[in-house]
Amino acid sequence: MESQLSNVLNIENLSVDVGERNILKSLNLTIKSGEIHALMGPNGAGKSTLAQAIIGNPKYKITSGRILVNGKDITDLQLYERAREGLFLAFQEPVAVQGLKYINFLRTAYMSLHPNEKLEYKKFIEQVQELLGLFRLDKSFVERSLNDGLSGGEKKRMEALQMLLFKPKFVILDEIDSGLDVDALKIVAEAVKKAKENGTGILIITHYKRILDYVSPDFIHVLVDGTIVESGKAEIAKKIEEFGYDYYRRGEASAKVG
Amino acid sequence: MIIIEGVRQVQKLDENFEIRKDKYDFRTNIKPVYQVGQGLTRAVVEEISRVKKEPEWMKNIRLRALEIFNSKPLPTWGPDLSELNFDEITYYIKPEERKSTSWDEVPKEIKETFDKLGVPEMERKYLAGTVAQFESEGVYSKIKKQWEEKGVIFMDMDSALQRYPDIIREHFGRVVPASDNKFAALNTAVWSGGSFLYIPRGVHVDLPVQAYFRMNGELEGQFERTLIIAEEGASVHYIEGCTAPTYSRYALHAAVVEVYAKKNSKVRYTSIQNWSDNVINLPTKRAWVEENARMEWVQGSLGSKITMTYPSSILRGEYASTSNLNVALAMGEVWKDNGAKVVHAAPNTSSKVVAKSISGRGGMSVYRGLLRINQGAYNSKSSVQCDALIVDDVSKSNTYPHNEILEDTAAFSHEASVGKISEEQINYLMSRGIREEDARSLIVLGFLDDVLKEIPLEYSIEFNKLIRLEMSKMGAVG
Repeated sequence: MESQLSNVLNIENLSVDVGERNILKSLNLTIKSGEIHALMGPNGAGKSTLAQAIIGNPKYKITSGRILVNGKDITDLQLYERAREGLFLAFQEPVAVQGLKYINFLRTAYMSLHPNEKLEYKKFIEQVQELLGLFRLDKSFVERSLNDGLSGGEKKRMEALQMLLFKPKFVILDEIDSGLDVDALKIVAEAVKKAKENGTGILIITHYKRILDYVSPDFIHVLVDGTIVESGKAEIAKKIEEFGYDYYRRGEASAKVG
Repeated sequence: MIIIEGVRQVQKLDENFEIRKDKYDFRTNIKPVYQVGQGLTRAVVEEISRVKKEPEWMKNIRLRALEIFNSKPLPTWGPDLSELNFDEITYYIKPEERKSTSWDEVPKEIKETFDKLGVPEMERKYLAGTVAQFESEGVYSKIKKQWEEKGVIFMDMDSALQRYPDIIREHFGRVVPASDNKFAALNTAVWSGGSFLYIPRGVHVDLPVQAYFRMNGELEGQFERTLIIAEEGASVHYIEGCTAPTYSRYALHAAVVEVYAKKNSKVRYTSIQNWSDNVINLPTKRAWVEENARMEWVQGSLGSKITMTYPSSILRGEYASTSNLNVALAMGEVWKDNGAKVVHAAPNTSSKVVAKSISGRGGMSVYRGLLRINQGAYNSKSSVQCDALIVDDVSKSNTYPHNEILEDTAAFSHEASVGKISEEQINYLMSRGIREEDARSLIVLGFLDDVLKEIPLEYSIEFNKLIRLEMSKMGAVG
């Protein structure tokens, strides 16, 4: 399957402001089908800003640069249009909508994302329930309200569930690992691997090395003060664990890389 | 595209589906067989009574009510009613001589009107009986044979007065006396049409019955009078639907509904009004609820320019109970003043009030309620919950709950909330490929989820469509 898909997400020289503040500075990143990228960095480095800017949250203003999906410039598209181009964000803190049942939400979203697919209601429910089983969530979740009254861990699992259900081309997981216990983390990591097998390109945003031990990313990027200061393989995570992000702030990394 | 699926309904609203509020917005070309002149005088009231060949006592009730009407000022504590000019309204319009029990006998234009509104279709599909009123008179009424044989009576009120004058005389104007308020007095003076529903002792009517009220003109009034009597141990679900075409001038709708829920009986009264934007809707609805009886009010308020309605339950017997569920849309230049009144006048009675409203495009939605637990109504319980959702920055919502708890052993709770659709919610839903207006609709429908399932399916679909239509009119976020 991997070989059949060759989607590319290009982020070129992306600068993003939030309010009056400039957060991202000429950031470059390329993600291809079936690749797992991890983006690490200290608080306030701009990790969530990158996630929100990619999916098109209007609060995050792109001042220069562009975002391309398979060469198509999507920088000016609205949120829902970017989603239909195959971008998906698992939110760090997904918002609740009281009374909006998961099943209605999921199916409305699914049919918006895949308008040409004829999917029977019954089959769709079965598919959702199967995924609920995979994430060790009760089948009754289909009747519950969107993110309403769920525990932190349940919300994260429902986000990861959508990643598998909607079959996006590219997934951004914004601190999917925070607030998860080890068992839940393993379940989510399995889901990420599954998405990778399906040919999804993945960007994992995290503070911690823990989730990376389960998913083994192909690339790790370090984001400090709005720019990627280092990219590489698994050894980078170890370096961060050993020296902390201050290591990059002091500019030692560039000195050493150079 | 919005998908709404629940236990009871599987429905797909196609993205290209054009929502037509104007489904109801058409005028029927028909020359009334009779109508009184404009304005409200003693002569007009006598004229109405004479044309209807009423007994003398009813004429006297009307004339007394006219005096009460004239003596009461317009209420000023709610929406502005100053537009009403009682001298320019036509109070009685008789569309047709006959009252039919077969749609084939109904005049063609009127039958076509009710066909367009889907009334005969609903009757075939799931109703035990139907009354259809056009302008001031019932033109069709029918109760299915199996219920007729059990003694159930369902017909227009004028016919009922002719056929069952004693029952009417015994019950008329007791639950809602003419002196209750100015518009109850007006209705009592000029009432015409409405439905009479009688359920004999122990009879359970397990399909709903429906009365459908259609107004067709401007500067006219519809003053139907409805009387429901559920004898001991009986049960029934009464639905009323209301529509009218749009005009530049107003039309007045002022109904009175009296319900007798006798010992151990159960009555559900569902009202779905989708009046056009020029209708001023001021009905008075009240039930006497006797020992161990249950009265359920379900109010769906979709249309009208102004609505003031506070369905009331007087819990008169021990263990009587009531619920009042109210859902109102206040979209555009409208004022919805909805609420509930409950009086706990016996021990161990219980009540539950849930009111939800949506305001948008400058609409004003008000919850106004009275909850009274009399001293001596031991161990009575009551809960009131009102939630408002405001979908933009130019609309308003207010809550005026008035609670009088005079009994120490009573338990009472009141919760109120006012919410807004957050940008965060819109963004989240849009990030899943959903368009902004659909995201808004999903949020609104979610807010209404627990009340919409209490509304009959046909009407909850109408609600769905109307909400989608309204949300598509909303501007973009920010």
